[in-house]
Amino acid sequence: MLGYIAKRIAFMIPMLFGITLISFLLMHMAPGSPTELYTELNPKVGAEFRERFEAYYGLDKPLPVQYVTWLGRVARLDLGVSFSPDKRPVWDKIRERLPVTLLLNLLSLVLILATAVPLGVISAVRRGSRFDRTTTVLVFAGFSVPSFWLALLLMKWLGVDLGWLPISGLESLGAANLPPLARFWDRVQHLILPVFVSAVGGLAGISRYMRGSMLEVIRQDYVTAARAKGLPEWRVVYVHALRNSLLPIVTLMGFWIPALIGGSVIFETIFAIPGMGQLFYQSVMARDYPVIQGILLLGSGLTLLGNLVADVAYALVDPRIRFGRT
Amino acid sequence: MKRIWLVVLLAALAACTKGGEPEKAQASKETEAQVDLSPAYGDTFVDASIGDASTLLPILATDSASHSVAGLVYNGLVKYDGEYNVVGDLAESWKVSDDNLTITFHLRKGVRFHDGAPLTARDVEFTYRVTMDPNTLTAYRGDFEPVESVEVVDDYTLRVRYKEPFAPALISWGAAVLPRHLLEGKDINTSELGRKPVGTGPFRFVEWLTGQRIVLERNPDYFDTDPDTGMQLPYLSRYVFRIIPDLGVQFNELMAGKIDMMGLKPLQWTRQTDNERFRSQYNKYKYLANAYTYLGYNLEKPMFQDVRVRRALTHAIDKNEIVEGVLQGLGVPATGPYKPGTWVYNPDVPKYPYDPDRARELLAEAGWTDTDGDGVLDKDGKPFRFTVLTNQGNDQRLKTAEIIQQRLKAVGIQIEIRVLEWAAFINEFVKPGKFDAVILGWTITQDPDLYDVWHSSKAVPGGLNHTHYRNPEVDDLLVRARKTFDRAERKRLYDRFQEILAEDQPYTFLYVPYALVAVSNRVHGIRPAPAGITYNFERWYVPKALQRHAETP
Repeated sequence: MLGYIAKRIAFMIPMLFGITLISFLLMHMAPGSPTELYTELNPKVGAEFRERFEAYYGLDKPLPVQYVTWLGRVARLDLGVSFSPDKRPVWDKIRERLPVTLLLNLLSLVLILATAVPLGVISAVRRGSRFDRTTTVLVFAGFSVPSFWLALLLMKWLGVDLGWLPISGLESLGAANLPPLARFWDRVQHLILPVFVSAVGGLAGISRYMRGSMLEVIRQDYVTAARAKGLPEWRVVYVHALRNSLLPIVTLMGFWIPALIGGSVIFETIFAIPGMGQLFYQSVMARDYPVIQGILLLGSGLTLLGNLVADVAYALVDPRIRFGRT
Repeated sequence: MKRIWLVVLLAALAACTKGGEPEKAQASKETEAQVDLSPAYGDTFVDASIGDASTLLPILATDSASHSVAGLVYNGLVKYDGEYNVVGDLAESWKVSDDNLTITFHLRKGVRFHDGAPLTARDVEFTYRVTMDPNTLTAYRGDFEPVESVEVVDDYTLRVRYKEPFAPALISWGAAVLPRHLLEGKDINTSELGRKPVGTGPFRFVEWLTGQRIVLERNPDYFDTDPDTGMQLPYLSRYVFRIIPDLGVQFNELMAGKIDMMGLKPLQWTRQTDNERFRSQYNKYKYLANAYTYLGYNLEKPMFQDVRVRRALTHAIDKNEIVEGVLQGLGVPATGPYKPGTWVYNPDVPKYPYDPDRARELLAEAGWTDTDGDGVLDKDGKPFRFTVLTNQGNDQRLKTAEIIQQRLKAVGIQIEIRVLEWAAFINEFVKPGKFDAVILGWTITQDPDLYDVWHSSKAVPGGLNHTHYRNPEVDDLLVRARKTFDRAERKRLYDRFQEILAEDQPYTFLYVPYALVAVSNRVHGIRPAPAGITYNFERWYVPKALQRHAETP
C-alpha cells in the first residue's frame, strides 16, 4: 500500500510539470499583455512605461527563460509577485482569500450532504412515490436555476423587502465593535444566503448519486437477509444498507478537495465575497501571470492529490479493490 | 452661479430628456422647519464600488477605484473646482512668469501629514523626483516630461521651470503630494504605503480589507475650513468604501439603506427608483459624464477618405434615437470631443442632423449609387459594405451598433457588427489599424489638450490616433493651444479645432451619457456643478438630527 502511494506521488511530479507548462503557454498565447490594460487608450500613458514595466518583471526575456525563472522560484516555494499595482506576493494574495472560500465551501458541502443523503435514501426506499417524484423535480429545478438569479431574488425578498438578512458582504460595518457572541451571530447571518444558494445547486448530483447507489444496495441478498431476520425497517435501511451505499459518496470526497479552494466568480461577485474565484477572474482579466500561475499550480496540485485520496479511500473501504493482492 | 448654469443646460436639453425626472438641485425640500439642518460633524458615509482599489499610492494606480479613495487621503498643489477652474489646494497661491516658462508655488503653512510630519516644498520636489525616477512604475511621467527643473526656494516656496510653455502644466501639479520622509531611499513600487497611505487629505486611513471595504476617518488636523461657516473640514466622521461587484446587488443594498451613494443605470433611474420607498431615502443627481461614445472610421480605407461620405454617414444616423433607445433619453447627442457646458465646448460647430435624403444625395455626389438594384450602394462594382467592431461587455455600444446598422441599411449601406474581447479587440484590430470602423468611447479629460488623440504624429501603430486622422491645421492648433495659458486665447484655438473636426467628421460623435447618482437624502451640502457632485465631498455633512451611525471611537 505504502509503495503504491509513493509510486503515485512520484508520478504526480511530471504531471504537475506538464500542467504548469501547458497553462504557462496557453496564458502567453492569449491576446493581451499585463501592460496593455493600463497603457491602451489612456492618453496619459507613454510607450516607455510599457518598456519599464516589462523590464521590471522580466517580461522582455524569451518565454523559455521566463518559464524556467518561474519554476526556479516555485522550487524555492516562492510564487512571485503580482503584476497589479500593489505588487504583493502572490502567496499573500491567495492566503488572504483562502479562509473565506474554504469556510463557505465546507459549510455548503456539509449542508449538501446533510440534505442530499437523506433525500436520496428516502427517494430510493420509496421509489416512484410522490415524494420521490417531487424531490426529483425540486433538486433538478435547484440544479437548473442560475445561482445569480436565485441569489438576487432571495436578497430582494429577505434582505430588502423583509429586512431579515443582510444582503451581501461578510460582516456588518460596526461588527468589529460588537461583543464576541453578537459578532458571531452577525457572521452567521451573512453566511445564510450564500451557503444556502450554493448548496441548492449541489443537491441534485449527490442526492441522485445516493439514490442510485441505495437502489443497488437495497436489492442485494444481504438486505433481504436482514429483513428476513426480522430487523425493523429503519435498521435495515439506515444501518445495513446505508453503510454500503455510502461507499461511492465517500470516494467522491477525494474529488472535492480541489473544489474546496475553487470559488465561483459569479457567486462571489453576487454576494461581494472576496474569495478565490474573484481573485482568479480578476487576474485573468488583468493578465496577472504570476497570480494565474500560482492559483493554477495550487488547483492542479490539489486535483492530483484529490485523485490520489479518492483511489486510496476506495481501496481502504472496499477490500475487493485492494492492491498487490490478486 | 452653478444653479443658473444648470438651468440653462437643462432648458437646452429638455427636448432630449423627455420622460426623465427633473434634476433635484435642491438637496432637501426643507419643509420640516423645526429640524436643524445646519452643518454638523459626525456620521459615516458609505460609498460603493464595483471594484476594489489596487494600490493607494496614486502615482502607481491606474484604476478609478484607487484614485477615488486616494483622492480623499492626499492633496495636490492645485485642484479643479466645480466649474473646472484651477484653484489652490496645498498651494496658497502661485504665479506664472510672463514668458510662461516658470511657475512659482507658495505652499500653505502648518499643513501636516497624517503621521504628524509637516508638509514642505521638499515633499513636492520629492514627488516630482520619484515620478520621474525610471525605476518607478508610474503611468504619469508624461505629465512632468516638459519640466526642466524643480527648485525648492524655501520650505514653503517651490519654483518649476519648463522647457517650453505648456498649458496643462498647472493642473499637472494637482497630482498627490507624497510624504518624502516615508518614501525617500526606498523602492516605492513595493512600499507599504500602497496598503497604508499617509497623506495630508481630509480623511486618513483606518483599514483595508481586501475585496470587502476600505475605511477612512476624519483628519482632525485638516487645514481647510468651510468658508460659509468657518468650521474646520471635513464634516463626516468616517468614509467607508464598500466593494460590491454586482450592480444589481448594489441596488439591493441601496434599497435596504445600507449604502449612501450609488451610480445608477438608465433603467434604474427611470423605473426602479420610481417608488415611495426610494424617494423617501434618496435624492437623485444627474450631470453629464466625462465620456463620449463615437463611431470612428479608419481613414486609411478608401471608402472613408471622401469627407462627403463621412458627412453622409453622420446624416444617416439619428443620434437622438440612440440616446433614447440606448440611454432611455439620459444623455445628449455629441458633436465633438468636449463636454457640453464646459468652457472649452464650442456649441456652434457645423452639425449634420438626421436626414437620410441628404445622406443619399451626398453619397451619390461621392459616386455611390445602387446600380445593380440590390439595395446596397456600389461604386466601381464594389458594394458599400463594412464591419463595425466593438468590445464585449458593453451592452450600450452593442445596442448603438444595432441601431446604426438599421439606419445605414435604410440609405443602402450594409454593415456587419463584430463584438470582441477587449484585449483582442485593442491588440489585434485597433492598434494595427485592422478595422473599418469601431464603436468606442473616450474619457473627456479635464484639461482640453487632445494632442495625443488628434495630432498626426500619433497616427502610428500604438498611437491613440487610431483612425489615422491627419490635418495640418489641426496639428498646428493643437500645438499652439497647449502652449497658450490665456484661457480666452486657448478657447479661440480649441473652438477652431472643434469646427474643423466637425467639418471633417473623422468620427461620428454619438453621445455623452449622463452620470446618474443616488445619494442618501440625509446628506447635505451637495452642490451639483459641471464637474459633478463629489468635487466638494469634504463639505458634505449630515445634520445632527439626521445622523444614523453613532460616533465610533
